[in-house]
Amino acid sequence: MKTTVPALRADLAAIVAMIPDGARVLDVGCGDGALLEHLIATRHVNGRGIELSQQNVNACVARGLAVLQGDADADLAEYPSQVFDVAILSQTIQATRAPRTVLGHLLRIGQRTVVSFPNFGHWRVRLSLLAKGRMPRTKALDHHWYDTPNIHLCTIADFVALAREQGAVIERALSLDETGRTRPMNPSAWGPNLFAQGAIFMLRGG
Amino acid sequence: MVETITPRFPRPLSAPGADIGKAVHFGADKPLKLDSGHVLSPFTVAYMTYGALNAAKSNVVLICHALTGDQFVAGQHPVTGRPGWWETMVGPGKPIDTDRFFVISANVLGGCMGTTGPAETDPATGKPYGLSFPLVTVKDMVRAQAMLLDALGIEKVLCVTGGSMGGMQALQWVASYPDRVVTAAPIATAARHSAQNIAFHEVGRQAIMADPDWKAGAYQLEGTQPNKGLSVARMAAHITYLSEAALQRKFGRNLQERESISFGFGPDFQIESYLHHQGMTFVDRFDANAYLYITRAMDYFDLAADYDGVLGEAFRNCKTRFCIVSFTSDWLFPTSENKRIAHALNAVAADVSFVEIESDRGHDAFLLDEPELFAVMRGFLNAAAAQQGVA
Repeated sequence: MKTTVPALRADLAAIVAMIPDGARVLDVGCGDGALLEHLIATRHVNGRGIELSQQNVNACVARGLAVLQGDADADLAEYPSQVFDVAILSQTIQATRAPRTVLGHLLRIGQRTVVSFPNFGHWRVRLSLLAKGRMPRTKALDHHWYDTPNIHLCTIADFVALAREQGAVIERALSLDETGRTRPMNPSAWGPNLFAQGAIFMLRGG
Repeated sequence: MVETITPRFPRPLSAPGADIGKAVHFGADKPLKLDSGHVLSPFTVAYMTYGALNAAKSNVVLICHALTGDQFVAGQHPVTGRPGWWETMVGPGKPIDTDRFFVISANVLGGCMGTTGPAETDPATGKPYGLSFPLVTVKDMVRAQAMLLDALGIEKVLCVTGGSMGGMQALQWVASYPDRVVTAAPIATAARHSAQNIAFHEVGRQAIMADPDWKAGAYQLEGTQPNKGLSVARMAAHITYLSEAALQRKFGRNLQERESISFGFGPDFQIESYLHHQGMTFVDRFDANAYLYITRAMDYFDLAADYDGVLGEAFRNCKTRFCIVSFTSDWLFPTSENKRIAHALNAVAADVSFVEIESDRGHDAFLLDEPELFAVMRGFLNAAAAQQGVA
């Protein structure tokens, strides 16, 4: 049996660390399945994925993963409630058409929900818009406004407000810096919203 | 008594050098109980194998064919002389790699390529069965295949796959024999035949039965062939296998070997002459009554019906890993029907992947050169083989 899996991006590794052993996991927007594969190898999870791109789904199938080609915006409604221990939305919420609905479904489907996203409140983003008057482009968000898949960007403060509005309890909050290092943060403080490159939240439905 | 025999085909061989495969004859002590309540006995299942069975008997890939397919998935077809219907998918180094896997494919019950069907002789009367042949279902087809595997000494299959009616059989395999199927790859299929699909089948059947040469199904005794009717059935069905876009791209309004329209009813358009050709070549290899029986088996297929209408229940607690594939332009077995299977599997926590492949070639895409399909199948089988320790 092959157990060696390639090293994981730092933000994904931080998510892996949050997942309990043997959990039932749904990874929404699972990409090429790198995170799922890690979770299965190191956390022995029963993992499922949803992914929009056909190429990525092929990669997942070749890895032996259970992945449905589909659209988070359209397909989550068909999942029964509370069937997964953890629902993961990694670097995906900002690319959905209806983030509020998607988050609502995840809170319903999973006992816990893990969401990671780039922080549009980072000072470089703020400064760039202020100084140049153009939509910011950063290393993490390297697209023009007209061709970006990230159609619903938010700041950490925005996300916290949405989570609270949905009645979710924030169980854990991590900030991500430029190098991908994570540290616990107070999600309501102004500091992380200004300095964090991204954030990872673990939520529980209210 | 179970014995291996040489298969007999209703049509003459045009490629005598080609491998004709084998057949297993199930004697009176091995009856097949059908869904209809009838018992079929004796009966024969004709099959082909490709590649070699490994010592652990863990490398079996069972391929189930569609309505007008047969056991000749690869190599030269002994009757038509043409390549097997899944030549692009099956062979050495191909996605279903016969250097690694032992491929088994059997002609379905009710078929006309060596397995017992309406064109075969009823041993009770010494005459062709014709319409006295009992109606068979997809479940009956799968029962017959399971008996074949028993006869071959094979307990488990690494993968059961097939497109269209082949996919229906793959689904039925897992529902009927969950412990015998490690993985299943149903392609361009459905867990039930839709009203539209039943409608198209009925048009085909009526075309056959309206042919005076059909003789109420007794054409073999009368020395006729309902070629006109069967050919029209094939023409109508063939349209459903394609897509509007593919027809337009391939034929448009192109005229057939003429400069202008003829103001008559001859084949002015290329699409007409193409359909005529499809109809004519089909009657050379297929039996009209078999067409009636197999289309009926598809019409009757509704997997959820056996489980109080809840499709997921057909797969509850099964450990089989699924990969379901659909094509964007397939309007006969559209993505929605395939996705319905995936959702039902998900609802009972079965291990399922679903892939929708972009193609404008309609239902037939599963038979054609579709690199994404090959990539999915290769990846899925590799993962299954690795998990099961198949070299």
